[in-house]
Amino acid sequence: MSFLQHDVPLTWYLLLSAVLFSLGVVGFLIKRNLITVFMSIELMLNAVNLSFVVFAYQWHEVKGQIFVFFVMVVAAAEAAVGLAIIIAVFRVRATLAVDRIDLMKL
Amino acid sequence: MEGWENTLIYNREGNSGATHSWLRLSSLNPPAMRSTRHQPVRQATMHLILFFLFAGFCLAGAINLLWQTHPINSALSLIVVMTSLAVLYLLLGAEFLAIAQIIVYAGAVMVLFTFVVMLLNAGRQERTLGSRAASRVGFPAVVVFLAVIATIILRAQGLVSAHLGVGLTNAKDSSNLVVLSQVLFHELLLPFELTSVLILIAILGAVAIARREGSERTAEK
Repeated sequence: MSFLQHDVPLTWYLLLSAVLFSLGVVGFLIKRNLITVFMSIELMLNAVNLSFVVFAYQWHEVKGQIFVFFVMVVAAAEAAVGLAIIIAVFRVRATLAVDRIDLMKL
Repeated sequence: MEGWENTLIYNREGNSGATHSWLRLSSLNPPAMRSTRHQPVRQATMHLILFFLFAGFCLAGAINLLWQTHPINSALSLIVVMTSLAVLYLLLGAEFLAIAQIIVYAGAVMVLFTFVVMLLNAGRQERTLGSRAASRVGFPAVVVFLAVIATIILRAQGLVSAHLGVGLTNAKDSSNLVVLSQVLFHELLLPFELTSVLILIAILGAVAIARREGSERTAEK
């Protein structure tokens, strides 16, 4: 009965967040495409955001949600700059495979 | 319209029980709803169903992101993940973040991603299991990390529910947009303004990096 009153246990949300983060790390490791690697990083950011929202809900503290807001802003800026870098790299190397982009110099 | 005003007043009184704010917003007469006996149980089961549905979407999208070989399919499954996360934010009483998630992530960022995928004509990549370093160090590290985190979360479960019970009885509503904007624009005004400068710098940097820099570089290639 207490289970029903407390809705879904927050533990499940936190576990979902941890699993999403791990999937993001695995994607970062196994993907060979620069854009997909970047997407995995976005997935990790989203997983962390979820746990921020869960803790904000648990403590009834609005600052957690504001933290997520700032993470979103910084992630948007990061995505813009990162994709610009990817375009620049593709223009020079003509490939997106991370195995071929392993030297800083041309 | 009247219902929304009622809801706002109701929120400001800080008189929220275990009911969720989005359910409260969607109902026209919240105090009447709370007075009935069966409503919290029905809401809880609905919350449970929605959680399982969208957590499932989330996990399926994330796994599909890893499974697909074409970047555009990965991008589309990432959109699924982000939209389901927005619904989970709604369930956790963060309406503003849910809308921001859809507009900023599923909207702007993912449009940028799909645009770049199409612009660079990124093709299908073979499915690999990563480099040797990844398989020797990376995957065990991921497994260990997940195990440690899951253990900590499950150990702290009693702690979580205890604090949750305390928090819900004398609830100051964290989901309220009014509270959020007050904190954001009073206490955290300087960081908020700094993020606008950050965005401006990011825009300028993106333009400066992605601009075609003369023809000699490409000719040399």
